[in-house]
Amino acid sequence: MSDSSDTEKAVAAHAGSGKDDSMEKQKAMTADHFRALTRAREEGKKVVYTFVPGNLTELMHAFDVLPVYPEINALQSAMRQRSAQFIGEAERSGHSEDVCTYVKCDLGMIKNGNIGPTGEKLPPPDLLLLSYTGCFTFMKWFELLRQEYDCPVVMLHTPYQSEGRVTDNMRQYMVDQLRNEVIPAFERLTGKTYDEDRLRECLRKSARAEDDMVAVLESAKHRPSPIDAYFGGVYYIGPMFTAFRGTDAAVDYYSTLRREIDARVAQGLGPITPEGEMGPERYRLVVEGPPNWTSFREFWRMFAEEGAVVVASSYTKVGGVYDLGFRHDPEHPLETLADYCLGCYTNRSLPQRIDLLEQYMNDYSADGLLINSVKSCNSFSAGQLLILRQIEARTGLAGGFIETDLVDPRYFSAANVKNRIESYLQMIDQKRQQRRQSLGGSGGSPPPPGSTPLFSPGAEGQP
Amino acid sequence: MSGTLKVHVGVDLGSTTTKAVVLDTSGEILGRGITNSRSNYALASEIAREEARVSARFALLDRALAADDLLATDADRFRNRLLTLFRQRQHVTQLGRLREVSLAEAHADRVKHIRDGLLGRLRDIFDALERDANAPSIETMLASEKRSSDFFRDRAGSAFSRLAEASGASCSGAGGSSVCGEGKRTHVTFDDLMGIFDKAIIQVENTPIDLTFEGNIRDALDACTHGLPEALRERFRRAVDTVVGRSIEEVRTVGTGYGRQTLPFDRRDVRSEILCHGLGAHRQFPTTRTVLDIGGQDTKAIQVDGSGIVTSFQMNDRCAAGCGRYLGYIADEMSLGVHELGPLAMKSTRRVKISSTCTVFAGAELRDRLSLGDRREDILAGLHRAIILRAMALLARSGGIEETFTFTGGVANNAAAVKALRQLVQENYGERTLNISPGSIYTGALGAALFAQRGEDDEARPGQEVAA
Ligand code: SF4
Repeated sequence: MSDSSDTEKAVAAHAGSGKDDSMEKQKAMTADHFRALTRAREEGKKVVYTFVPGNLTELMHAFDVLPVYPEINALQSAMRQRSAQFIGEAERSGHSEDVCTYVKCDLGMIKNGNIGPTGEKLPPPDLLLLSYTGCFTFMKWFELLRQEYDCPVVMLHTPYQSEGRVTDNMRQYMVDQLRNEVIPAFERLTGKTYDEDRLRECLRKSARAEDDMVAVLESAKHRPSPIDAYFGGVYYIGPMFTAFRGTDAAVDYYSTLRREIDARVAQGLGPITPEGEMGPERYRLVVEGPPNWTSFREFWRMFAEEGAVVVASSYTKVGGVYDLGFRHDPEHPLETLADYCLGCYTNRSLPQRIDLLEQYMNDYSADGLLINSVKSCNSFSAGQLLILRQIEARTGLAGGFIETDLVDPRYFSAANVKNRIESYLQMIDQKRQQRRQSLGGSGGSPPPPGSTPLFSPGAEGQP
Repeated sequence: MSGTLKVHVGVDLGSTTTKAVVLDTSGEILGRGITNSRSNYALASEIAREEARVSARFALLDRALAADDLLATDADRFRNRLLTLFRQRQHVTQLGRLREVSLAEAHADRVKHIRDGLLGRLRDIFDALERDANAPSIETMLASEKRSSDFFRDRAGSAFSRLAEASGASCSGAGGSSVCGEGKRTHVTFDDLMGIFDKAIIQVENTPIDLTFEGNIRDALDACTHGLPEALRERFRRAVDTVVGRSIEEVRTVGTGYGRQTLPFDRRDVRSEILCHGLGAHRQFPTTRTVLDIGGQDTKAIQVDGSGIVTSFQMNDRCAAGCGRYLGYIADEMSLGVHELGPLAMKSTRRVKISSTCTVFAGAELRDRLSLGDRREDILAGLHRAIILRAMALLARSGGIEETFTFTGGVANNAAAVKALRQLVQENYGERTLNISPGSIYTGALGAALFAQRGEDDEARPGQEVAA
């Protein structure tokens, strides 16, 4: 996740020592990866396109293939202000306004020469690894890419946690697919035989980096929080959720990042924002839903200017919910890949998501839950109002709702979004004042009108 | 009645109109003012505040008259007549300015070729306008100032265009027959005249003019008491003087509304209109738990608790479909005033089903329907229902409609919208108490004024205590 935007430069100033080690490292890793992609053909490396949620990065490293993530390409295009044009082209070629804009942005980018974030052309895929984690769009997306590139597709179907837990059956079903479908497809692609020891080695490195990443995300429990776990968070999850999990580079990146954040905690510093050090922390929010990428910086500023810091977010769990304790386990390589895919945020049932957000509200001493509902994404958006009502009812804290899109600038109205954020934060002020005035000053406000608990807290256990 | 009167002021800067409310220390509404929001938001805010100050002074005058045994007997009639004459003074002042600016505009190079004709025609038109303004007939016009769309711009605009049209077609009424001939020779068209008006009215609206109570009341009073015995006149004069002499201290002003960011207010004195509408509606109807506000640019569904504190809200996304502005487009498309839409829709006998409330396609939808042979009133009834349907979706998302429900914002004055709302609430939620305040357009400004009054304990806005 690297481009040379101002945002990045600001975030890059994160090092406690005053240097920006972790961000420099992330930049270098990304540059290396894209360089490798442009040379893939001449170096005889195979290229696999796949999705972020439920990605099998360690397995790809074990086979020495290079991953490309179309979702990341789409959000990068948006941050470089190219998405409007790409989406427009996709719509002109017949894709409806209602199709997920990641897909249209990607298609438009392909039509424009498939130029990646570093300005170099991305190689076409030799294989499409369709790791399906609940989003039907994934299937349609790769159907389109298959048509475009005429290359094989292998699908890994992750069953939805409709019962709110992972059963042995589900896990076995996935291990069977890995063994009988995915691994043979990689063997055919590369001409190499599956080397389980190599996979274990990658998984061991994953687990180490995962420990450090969780420590970074959980640093937000401090007051003030040293990080913004949403806007800043998307940078921190970058290497873990994309091509680098299971590599030495990722291990190094996360230990560096953790040191930097620890130093900020020790100094009692708050987050760095695109405008520099954030002022006093006034609001601690949990945010549900992906960010908007076309106006990412402006969006962030709307929070930072008001002293609102995001202490936990669900979006930084799309590529794995590590803070509930899951780590890749080298002792059970295929089972652990199965568990990883099954546990991604959008593969969790609504009651599980609600429980998780409630836990965040409590563990991170949040003032409220804010939902950014993006037009594109059904995996996120379906059920969000229910989530909101439930969290309000359970915690008595303020819930807020804003609407934007991932990468379509037509769905980001700055005035409207700002108005809602401000109104929401003022609502929190009022709730606080009310609480101060009420005797004792502790305890939550009564639940808002019209909210009937549909799921009782804790009824659905976490795996 | 002496000493300084302390007041709190709320200003609601909407996309169409700007409103101000003045509260006295006991929380009673002392004055209200409204004007059209123009390109200069700060000035619109100042004019609305001035209007509210004027109405506050008239409220003080009521108190002064009531306190005088002699004057109290006929206080209402006197006061109403004085108010009318006061409005007339304001109107004449603005007309004078409009004349100056219009004549100056006629000297622009752009209209050099028709300058003489233009000047002649403008003078005639303004002579006629001023005669009308000073004639008693203006009183009836001004007395019907209940309609919020009746700002100087609208009143002067319709009179000007009537005269511009008439003087082009025939010479009747314009001073001197030579003007007519001259107009023809120099090709001054109706459009030329309206072009001047459009340019001039913007300038007039965007430069400050003295419309204060203090600046205009004495002339009005003279006219009002003309012919009365001198002793009585003196008594009225004294009553007015005490009001003029009363100093009013605006302790704090809080701004809200669509344009609140542009107000020259401290950040601490700015509140979201969602919170203000919640609090304002609670003040108007204390048992209210759900508030629907349909303004020019957005529609908001708000839930409040027993003290008027917002607990949840939803508003339209970036798309202004189904907001007040949409009715504005429809009105333009039909060459009607916005306030005429509701009454027309109420005449509908067979509502047409309208699918889109998209502001951009409003005109197309309307023309389609007309070309299919549907009647205007039936189309309008359908449009009003479509707007309310969108609002119903927001209400559902915000948590539904509680027992006591209040409808605010400009659209709450529209009978057809209210009718559609009642029907849909009944269909979806059953029996509910629907409140609409006659002053619903001021709800946001009222909420802002209440926030201003809460003032001091409110100062501890976002919590340093949290960071500590
Ligand atoms: S709908 Fe959501 S999960 Fe599916 S591809 Fe689009 S953004 Fe991703």
